[in-house]
Amino acid sequence: MATATKKKLVQWAPAEVKSALLEKYPPKVGRKRAKQIMINEALQNETPELTANVRTIPGIITMRGCTYAGCKGVIMGPTRDIVNLVHGPIGCSFYAWLTRRNQTDAGPDGENYMNYCFSTDMQEQDIIFGGEKKLAQAIQEAYDLFHPKSIAVFATCPVGLIGDDIHTVSKNMKEKFGDCNVYAFSCEGYKGVSQSAGHHIANNQVFRHLVGLNDEVKPGKYKINLLGEYNIGGDGFEIDRIFKKCGITCISTFSGNSTYDQFASSHTADLNAVMCHRSINYVADMMETKYGIPWVKVNFIGAKATAKSLRKIAEYFGEKALIDTVEKVIAEEMPEVEAALAEITPRTENKTVMMFVGGSRAHHYKELFDELKMKTISAGYEFGHEDDYEGRQVLPNIKLDADSRNIEELEVEADETRFKPRKSEKEMKALEKAGYKFKQYDGLAADMDKGTLIIDDLNQYEAEKLVELMKPDLFCAGIKEKYSIQKLGVPMKQLHSYDSGGPYAGFQGAINFYKEIDRLVNSKVWSFMKAPWQKNPQLSASYNWE
Amino acid sequence: MRKVAIYGKGGIGKSTTTQNTVAGLVELGRKVMVVGCDPKADSTRLLLGGLAQKSVLDTLREEGEDVELDDIRKAGYGGTWCVESGGPEPGVGCAGRGIITSINMLESLGAYEESEGLDYAFYDVLGDVVCGGFAMPIRDGKAEEIYIVVSGEMMAMYAANNISKGIMKFAQSGSVRLGGLICNSRAVDNEEEMIGEFAKKLGTHMIYFVPRDNDVQRAEINRKTVLEWDPKVKQADAYRGLAKAIDENKKFVIPTPLEIEELEKLLMDYGLMN
Repeated sequence: MATATKKKLVQWAPAEVKSALLEKYPPKVGRKRAKQIMINEALQNETPELTANVRTIPGIITMRGCTYAGCKGVIMGPTRDIVNLVHGPIGCSFYAWLTRRNQTDAGPDGENYMNYCFSTDMQEQDIIFGGEKKLAQAIQEAYDLFHPKSIAVFATCPVGLIGDDIHTVSKNMKEKFGDCNVYAFSCEGYKGVSQSAGHHIANNQVFRHLVGLNDEVKPGKYKINLLGEYNIGGDGFEIDRIFKKCGITCISTFSGNSTYDQFASSHTADLNAVMCHRSINYVADMMETKYGIPWVKVNFIGAKATAKSLRKIAEYFGEKALIDTVEKVIAEEMPEVEAALAEITPRTENKTVMMFVGGSRAHHYKELFDELKMKTISAGYEFGHEDDYEGRQVLPNIKLDADSRNIEELEVEADETRFKPRKSEKEMKALEKAGYKFKQYDGLAADMDKGTLIIDDLNQYEAEKLVELMKPDLFCAGIKEKYSIQKLGVPMKQLHSYDSGGPYAGFQGAINFYKEIDRLVNSKVWSFMKAPWQKNPQLSASYNWE
Repeated sequence: MRKVAIYGKGGIGKSTTTQNTVAGLVELGRKVMVVGCDPKADSTRLLLGGLAQKSVLDTLREEGEDVELDDIRKAGYGGTWCVESGGPEPGVGCAGRGIITSINMLESLGAYEESEGLDYAFYDVLGDVVCGGFAMPIRDGKAEEIYIVVSGEMMAMYAANNISKGIMKFAQSGSVRLGGLICNSRAVDNEEEMIGEFAKKLGTHMIYFVPRDNDVQRAEINRKTVLEWDPKVKQADAYRGLAKAIDENKKFVIPTPLEIEELEKLLMDYGLMN
């Protein structure tokens, strides 16, 4: 009978777990996967030790999404007044519609197309004869119905196969309308190795077709852009609340609750604060080169991380008024956070968690679990690159493979008239001398404990194996993993779409998260997984040949 | 009913050879349907006396689902049925997918039914086996015997070898077989011997050697097959011979394609013989 005393977490050395994960694979697959599983030593190495951003091995049930999902779903999905028109069969549009729980507030203008699902509904006829005419017709229809400021066109797989020239169609329609910006994304699902390629493609086109179109100077002080914040479950609203309280003006968010005009005037900000490093660092780099806006890495997931990020922004502007307000806001917000922690941590302390999500999320959410005094015993990304794991210092030593070279890299130069360094060289030097770090990201590994397991592109089999071996108190990933993990008797929290919860960002969000995690890891429901007779049989017998 | 597909390098004379052979089969009293699988829709020009055909895909696009068999096939020379699959303008869409759609359309409309009394269905397929769509006639048993039109020129033989690879792939899972090579002469040195040897290496035979003759072009200018234009010329007998050879053919094989080195050696051996 299988009532054996299974080895518990404490009895498993990380190297044993790693070899147990690889045991079942054929030798070649095992060798490849071994390079994507790292026992952490939190070293700041120059050459990446973990392999990431490589193709998933066929046959493995990956957690990853496709390039189209990364472009249309992640980056452009949260914008509200751009009509997102999908050129392809209907399913590609329908199943990518409103699934990420990006929230929006249409504001006084009321312009919001997020609740519409736009598609060219390609049929066999369009595949054979080409879909360009139908696309032009669909753009025209969207324009006639809504008169939006902008229409974005997204390519699905068949569009790339039959070679519809979506860029020329878009350009022609833009010229025809005169008052509506139309542009396209060649984000066919099969490009790249994960959704990460879609982020890059989206970044390129947003930079090429939107950023810098409106030079009008917006009112307000301490102007920043918040890059890589997607307003899932209302995260962006909480961050906006805090910014407003501090007197920080957010010119543009890429792209939670964003508008066309925010993108168009984002180059007038004085600092780019980057949240999700993986999905949006391309735009930050390009804006620095073209307009002279420096960027810093921030994180508004976790109350302490929020305070730290606010101080980082204040230090950049260096004005006493802002620094004082930020301190005042932190002092006002923290007591409630601390009260919640004091009440909840006794119940969460030393509980264990695993997180396999995003290209920055697994790192960001570690902050919140640290605050709950929970231990992150294993973590990883679906689509992170080497620098997201081990820090940007490995960037020069990342070997570009053919899949990465296949994604366009924009050549950007300083804008002749609009390039303006936001700080003098002397000021930048002084800040750096005082320990201020621009363009710095140390990655997930630096914050993970020694001996924990960092695993890239975890798959269904390994996830179940990990849970079986290490028995975490909580597992965090996305919807595809949710029910298989729960069937193993372990609570599961979605960190892509937050199940039905949120916001979890900022101070109020942190409190929401503490309560949610308390509810999940201390629920009695998991003890009812087995029927009473499975635990204590009234009768027991054995086969007579045993 | 025998289902025949003609493949070969672009410009080798597939359409011309097919239509003239079909005219020969008509003389033998056979009932034939020709299905052109080329977006240019010029596979039935000589049988119809001009490009008078509305393609399956154009009809489907204009009429929607409500298509009848008579909308897409026309009677040509000697009671042949002529169909053009058609396809997109150059540079757009997917012609391969179009061929799949139109053959399925013909099937669902009953063009191949026993009541139609067909002895032969001929598929005239564009160029090389370039992608899945163009391989359609040799998949799923749409065509069961393949003839490859070839000449003694390097690229034509190279294409024939490639097509053989495609046939081999589908033959392993289906009923398609290679019926032979048709040599459409370009008056290359030792052409007949070389193609004979090439065919042997492929495991098949050169079913017929069609000599080069300008009467073919003269007939084409008149939008007619040679047999219709002037049944008495020598070239008409050549096509009668080819038609008879196909009608009597019993040799159907799974081809054994050559390695590139082997193919080049063949060219060297025969090309440098004199």
